[in-house]
Amino acid sequence: MATPSVKPTPLSPPLKDELDIVIPTIRNLDFLEMWRPFFEQYHLIIVQDGDPSKTIRVPDGFDYELYNRNDINRILGPKASCISFKDSACRCFGYLISKKKYIFTIDDDCFVAKDPSGNDINALQQHIKNLLTPSTPHFFNTLYDPYREGADFVRGYPFSLREGAPTAVSHGLWLNIPDYDAPTQLVKPLERNTRFVDAVMTIPKGTLFPMCGMNLAFDRELIGPAMYFGLMGDGQPIGRYDDMWAGWCMKVICDHLGLGVKTGLPYIWHSKASNPFVNLKKEYNGIFWQEKAIPFFQSVSLPKDCTTVQQCYLTLANEVKAKLGELDPYFVKLADAMVTWIEAWDEVNSPGKKPAKLPNGTSK
Amino acid sequence: MSLEVKDDEIDIVVAAIHSDLTSFMNEWRPIFSRFHLIIVKDPDLKEELKIPEGFNLDVYKKSDIDRVVGSSTSILFSGYSCRYFGYLVSRKKYIISVDDDCLPARENDGFLVDAVAQHITNLTTPATPFFFNTLYDPYCEGADFVRGYPFSLRSGVKCALSCGLWLNLADHDAPTQALKPGHRNSRYVDAVLTVPARALAPISGINIAFDREVVGPAMLPALRLAGEGKFRWETMEDIWSGMCVKVICDHLGLGVKTGLPYVWRNDRGDAIASLKKEWEGVKLMEEVVPFFQSVRLPRTATTAEDCVVEVANAVKEQLGSTDPVFARAAGAMLDWVKLWKSVGSSASS
Repeated sequence: MATPSVKPTPLSPPLKDELDIVIPTIRNLDFLEMWRPFFEQYHLIIVQDGDPSKTIRVPDGFDYELYNRNDINRILGPKASCISFKDSACRCFGYLISKKKYIFTIDDDCFVAKDPSGNDINALQQHIKNLLTPSTPHFFNTLYDPYREGADFVRGYPFSLREGAPTAVSHGLWLNIPDYDAPTQLVKPLERNTRFVDAVMTIPKGTLFPMCGMNLAFDRELIGPAMYFGLMGDGQPIGRYDDMWAGWCMKVICDHLGLGVKTGLPYIWHSKASNPFVNLKKEYNGIFWQEKAIPFFQSVSLPKDCTTVQQCYLTLANEVKAKLGELDPYFVKLADAMVTWIEAWDEVNSPGKKPAKLPNGTSK
Repeated sequence: MSLEVKDDEIDIVVAAIHSDLTSFMNEWRPIFSRFHLIIVKDPDLKEELKIPEGFNLDVYKKSDIDRVVGSSTSILFSGYSCRYFGYLVSRKKYIISVDDDCLPARENDGFLVDAVAQHITNLTTPATPFFFNTLYDPYCEGADFVRGYPFSLRSGVKCALSCGLWLNLADHDAPTQALKPGHRNSRYVDAVLTVPARALAPISGINIAFDREVVGPAMLPALRLAGEGKFRWETMEDIWSGMCVKVICDHLGLGVKTGLPYVWRNDRGDAIASLKKEWEGVKLMEEVVPFFQSVRLPRTATTAEDCVVEVANAVKEQLGSTDPVFARAAGAMLDWVKLWKSVGSSASS
């Protein structure tokens, strides 16, 4: 058989020019080497936390822009106060500065996992599938995501609900080191997540969940302004609740706007267990405060005339100040920061605005 | 299997839609043989039942049903609904019910799935309906609550219902299966999870288990399609019962789990032929779902019986005039509660 004289054009990776990968880092980005086959075609936004004078080395061949604290301060001016310092919560600056429709965010200690057949899992591709197919928040399908190949709606699922809702968020999971809180880590230091659950499912409307920012993707146009990761880290009384806070706000707003949130696949391999004693100090206040925060989020209702994410978020900020402010002055600060965040978001993302960034990274 | 639950606390109830149960019983023998079984013969079935030896069981036929419930009831214990008669006369705490066209499934590593043990584990570990755990069942070995899960909710609530799944012929409706006649479920999802409070789901009767003491009265035969037949594609009785149970569990603060165990469901029937009959069910769901999403039970309803009466009254009021099938369902629900109180004792022997 004759060999073809022209190599077939490789298919373009899905959403290549519509998705940014946001990575917060303080150390290095060596982990990207393992992700190269899956990430190399996509644009990266690196948010460098900690000492801005340190140089973060990005492996060759990646197309990226990098922001350190000096950049954040320069771009946002006084509004930079809403972006956390010395905490991976700073990653939400990457969401704000992006110009793309979709965001995938991953931690720098997360690697490619293998499925039960031993194949490498392309986490990004699965997130894209999750985001590009509808969710089913109004009625639970017992065979999980009905839009997945090999699945469908079960008997009794109303036909009028089978078009589903647009998917705003895709929440992935982790093999190896599970995302436990400090007390659980202390009690079960050796527990590893080895269970591969081959499912994606929609979290029903009205149900809250702990959103982990380690392996997360979302439609920035649908829900971006709600993905503020709060005030954590340096100078703050709390840490390791950035993604939790964003998740509760996000879910309330998604429920209000009729958007869906999926959880399950893809898995990544989480390699690093952080120090449980350090974690305990960070989480300490959060453990008590969440007992009040959860009932707050479960009962908050947004008025019908809140039709944009920003409107919903600002209403939420008011409610946080009014209802949680008495719990601790931190929540008053947080509510103000939530407002600052929306102002910063709208300023940076207003149509016709000249891009304020000065990318450190070089294009390929 | 939980060490705390004794074999004699469990009844396995099977609705015999087919007369020859030989291969069904033999395939399930390794799992079923230590338990007491209640076999209820579909009153419409003419042939004698064929049941292999070696089981501890009671068989109930049309004559038994007539004798126990009499003729003064609007409930028809025919077709798949004959299983509810088994639930009524059982005196055990836990009931596990499997359709007679289902066999034990095999896990990915080839081991036979002990559906009974898994259902019992589900029912005897807490459920977590108030907050979603992203690692699914936190009481499972190798899993736990994730960061951000409120500590005050970690003791969970009692699990009243365990809904299993199906490999091979999954429980799709006739239109779906007719469109994809070759579609078979081969995906084994290794998870049990709690269906969150206020979230509704279609609860299939094909592979189900429940705590009879707690929700027995809410597992009820009520919605009978005009063209109801002997294939699941031609019924909605379990879906209706499942909606009632979920609403009642949400009200009483009980949990409903879904996921493992799987059973293997044999190929049977013709989806296209069933399409004609089930279309009625598909249409009715459009009325049924908004009703169950909005029904609210009063604080004074504190038992499953009370709740069933409240739901029945709401059905009569809000759906009765939409379609006579709903008025009949409401009547059947009230008759069921009366029957439960007189025949079905809530205490286990």
